[in-house]
Amino acid sequence: MAKIAEAGNYGPKIKSDCKITLQLKKNGGLKIEVISKVKALFDDQINKLCKDVLKFYGIKDAIFKIEDTGALDYIIAARIEAAVKQLMKTDKEYLLPMIPENKFQTKNDRNRRSRLYLPGNTPKLALNAGIHNPDGIILDLEDSVAPAKKNEARFMVRNSLRTVNFYGAERMVRINQLPMGLEDLEFIVQHNVNLILLPKCESANQIKELNAEIKKLNKGKRKIWLMPIVESALGVINSYEIAASENVVSLAIGLEDYTADLGTQRTNEGKETFFARSQVVNSARAAKIQPIDSVFSDVSNMEALKQNVLTSKSLGFDGMGCIHPRQIPVIHENYAPNDKEIDRAKKIVNAFIIATEKGLGVVSLGSKMIDPPVVKRAQYTIEQAINVGKLDSDWRKE
Amino acid sequence: MKTKFVKNAVGRMIPETINGKKVTPFKGVGKHRPTGNKYGPPIPTCIDFSSDGNKVVKSLNDALKKCGMKDGMTISTHHHLRNGDLVNNTIFDIAHKMGVKDLVWFPSASFPCNEPITKHLENGTINRIEGSMNGALGRFASHGKMKGTAVLRSHGGRVQAIQDGEVKIDIAVLAAPSSDVFGNANALDSSSSCGVLGYSKADFLYADKVIVVTDNLVDFPNMPMEIEGNYVDYVVVVDKIGIPEKIISGTTQITKSPDRIYVAELTAKFLEESGILKDGCFMQAGAGGTSLAIGNFVHQILKAKGWKSQVGFGGTTKYMVQMLEEGTMEHILDAQAFDLGAVASISENKNHHQYSVFNAYNYHSKGNLTSMMDIMILGATEVDLNFNGNVATHSDGYLLHGIGGWQNCLHAKNVILPIPLFRDRIPVIRDEVTTICGPGELIDVIVTERGIAINPLRKDLIKQMKKSKLPIKTIQELKDEAERICGKPRAIEFEEKVIAAIKWVDGTVIDVVKQVKE
Repeated sequence: MAKIAEAGNYGPKIKSDCKITLQLKKNGGLKIEVISKVKALFDDQINKLCKDVLKFYGIKDAIFKIEDTGALDYIIAARIEAAVKQLMKTDKEYLLPMIPENKFQTKNDRNRRSRLYLPGNTPKLALNAGIHNPDGIILDLEDSVAPAKKNEARFMVRNSLRTVNFYGAERMVRINQLPMGLEDLEFIVQHNVNLILLPKCESANQIKELNAEIKKLNKGKRKIWLMPIVESALGVINSYEIAASENVVSLAIGLEDYTADLGTQRTNEGKETFFARSQVVNSARAAKIQPIDSVFSDVSNMEALKQNVLTSKSLGFDGMGCIHPRQIPVIHENYAPNDKEIDRAKKIVNAFIIATEKGLGVVSLGSKMIDPPVVKRAQYTIEQAINVGKLDSDWRKE
Repeated sequence: MKTKFVKNAVGRMIPETINGKKVTPFKGVGKHRPTGNKYGPPIPTCIDFSSDGNKVVKSLNDALKKCGMKDGMTISTHHHLRNGDLVNNTIFDIAHKMGVKDLVWFPSASFPCNEPITKHLENGTINRIEGSMNGALGRFASHGKMKGTAVLRSHGGRVQAIQDGEVKIDIAVLAAPSSDVFGNANALDSSSSCGVLGYSKADFLYADKVIVVTDNLVDFPNMPMEIEGNYVDYVVVVDKIGIPEKIISGTTQITKSPDRIYVAELTAKFLEESGILKDGCFMQAGAGGTSLAIGNFVHQILKAKGWKSQVGFGGTTKYMVQMLEEGTMEHILDAQAFDLGAVASISENKNHHQYSVFNAYNYHSKGNLTSMMDIMILGATEVDLNFNGNVATHSDGYLLHGIGGWQNCLHAKNVILPIPLFRDRIPVIRDEVTTICGPGELIDVIVTERGIAINPLRKDLIKQMKKSKLPIKTIQELKDEAERICGKPRAIEFEEKVIAAIKWVDGTVIDVVKQVKE
C-alpha cells in the first residue's frame, strides 16, 4: 500500500492551522477534499491553492485532504509542501512572494532589549506577534518544536520569514543544536533572516562552522548576524572566544540548561547563576557586543519580572528573551534608563555639546573631567530614554 | 402569493409582512414616531384569588393548565439564570405532552442550555422564537427549518414591543431565586441567586397570566419585591430552578489573550487622549474579556488622575464593583449581574443599584439612559466601510447571536468597538455587513490590533486625534490590510427564504436574515 503523508495540526483547540493528508496514486486524477471552518468564504481560494501546489510538484493523481481552521495561504502551502516532501524527493520549493516589509536588513548594534520566542510550528502565535512591538521575534526550530515535527516546522518558518509582517521587529530564527542546526540553514538563509540564534554554543569553532555554512548558502551576500546562546559550564568558560567570533552581535545566556549542567536549581535570587551571568556580560563587553539575559518564565508575575529586569540591567545586560507578549513592555520600561540616569546623562551630553561648540578638547562637568566613553554612554542613555518616551527628542530646547 | 419587498433607509430589502403581520421598514435613526396608546392587559380582580394570598399550585404543569395554555399562544421567559436555567425548556416539554402546537417562545435571551428547544421546533410545539438565538437554535433557523420567521429584538426593543402591543404575552413564566406564596419575588440570597430580575419587569406588567417558578419559597413578605405579587397568578415550587455555577457567565474574566489585552490598552489610550474619558463621565462596558480589560485600564487611568466615573451602567461584574469600592466609580446601575462579586455587592454597597432595562433601554419612553453615556464599549461580528455593524450573524450567513442591549447602547455619545481585524482568517471589516443590526451613523470608533478608525462623521474626534501617536487609520485602510493578510472572502449566497427579521429599537425592521445555501 502506498504511504500516506500527514503534515500540520487539526483539532478543536487548534486555530489558524491545517492538516494535510496526502496519498499519491498511479491514476484516477486528483481527489481533493476540503474541510474548513471558513469554507463558506474561502473554499475557492483554498481549492485553487491546493491544486496549484500539487501541480507545482507535478502531482496529477492523488487523494488529498485538507482539514482547516482558518489557515492563511502561506500556512497551507507550508503544510502541503511538508506532506509532499515526505513522499517524493525534490529540490523544488513552493515559495510565495516575499512581502516588501520583510526585505530590510538590521544593524549590528540595534536595540535587542526584547526578543519574543514563537514556536516555529505554531503559526497562530506568529500572526500578531509584531503588533506587540518587540525588538525582535524568534521563530524557534529548537526546543519548542517536537522532534517529530522538526521537518514540517522548517517549511513553516521559511514561509513565515517571507510572508508575515512583524512590523519592524528583527526577524530571528533559533536553529537546532549543531550539527542538526546546519540543516535548518537552507530554509532560512535565502529568506532574509536577520539574525540566527545558535543554542547550546560551547566554542568559537561552532561559530566558524556555522558561518562557513551560511556563507555557502548566502547567495545575496546579505549580512546575517549571530546570537550564540551559552547554556553550559563549558560555554561560559569559552564565552569570550565565542563573543569575539565573526558576525556575532549579541551573546545570550540560557539559564535553565546551565543550572542543570551545574547540577543545581534555578532560584529567584539567582545566586547560583551570578558567576555565569557576570562572565557572559564581561565577555560580551570585552568583545564590544551586546550581553543578553535568559528568559523569565513566570509569565503571570509581572512584578517579579520587573525585579528580574532591574537586576539584569544592574549586572550589565542589554536585554532578555520573552515567552509572552505582555512581558515586552515591562522589559522595555525597566531596561530603559531611570530618571536619575537620564538627568545625569543630560548634563553630560549638554556639557559635551557646549564643549564641542566652544571648540574645547576637554569635556568637564563642574570641576570633573568627563572621559569620551562616559560621553558615549550618556548619549546612548539619552537615545534609550527618547526611544521609550521618557524624554522628548528635542529635550535640549526645554 | 409572492411576498413584496421594500427597500428601507439603510438600503436593505424588507418584506411587507412577517409572520402574517404588516411591518414597518426602518426609516432612519429617530425618524419613526409611534402613535396610539400603550397596550393594556386584561383587568384582573382579586375575587378570583384566594383571600389568604396563597397562589401556590402543585406543579408547572398545573399552572400552565390553569393559565389555559393553548395553540398559538405566546410564552415569555427571562434569561437571568443564563446557561444554568432549568425552567424554560420544561415549559415546552409540558406543552408538548399536552399536545399544544404553534407556540411562540418569547425569551429575553436564549443560551446553549436551550438547545433541547430545537426538538419542539421540529415537532411543531413551537412555531417560532422571537428573541435572541444562540448557537444551536440559530443554526436550526439558518437552515430554514423553523416554521415561522424568527424575530430578533434588542433588550430595549423587546420592552418596546411588549409595551406597544406588538407582542402580546399570553403567559409569562418567570423563574425566581426566591418568592413568597403571594408571588413577591427577587433574586437575592438563594442558591440560585442571580442578583436582579430586571428583564422580567415588562413581562409581569403586561402579560395576561404570570407564573412565578421558584426553588426557594420564603415567608411573606419577600422583600425587596422585584416581581410584585399583585401581578402574579400562580406560584410553583420546584426542586431546582438553576445550576448555580452555570448561572454565572463564563465571560466575566479579564481576557488573558495578549492580542486582546493589547486592543484593550489601545482603546483605553484612545479614550484618554480623545478626552472622552473625563472626571464624572458616564460609562458602560460589557462583560466580555476585552471589555473587562478596558474597564481595568480605565480604572487605572481614573485612579492615577484622581478622577471618578459618576455612573457605570450595565451587566455588572466584580471588576466594576472594584471601581465602586476603590472610589473610581460613584454609582453602579445594574441591569444584570454577571458574577458572584456583583451579586454580593448589590446587598453590600448602597451605591450599587438595581436598575431595570425597562427604564434604561426602552426607546418608546420619556428619555434614554444610553444616550447619556459618554463611553460605550461594544463588540460586533462585522463592521462595514459605512460603519454599519452586525452582531447577529456570522460572515458565513449563520444566525448565531442575539442582539442583547447592543442596539440600545448605540445611542451613547461615543460608541467604541474594540474588535480584532480578522478572526480565523475572516476579516471583520467588510464592504457591507452580512446583516445590518445597527446603522453606521451611530458607531464612532473601531479599535483593532492594527489600527484605529474614526467614523468620518466624527470630525471632532478626528481633529482631536490629529497629533496622536496612536495608529489612526481610515476604515478602508484597515479593510485593505485585513484582506492583504487573509485574502478577500467571496460573497456568500443565500436562499430566498427569510428566516429572521432584525428589528430596530423603535419596532421598525432594519434587516432580514435569509436561509443559508448549503
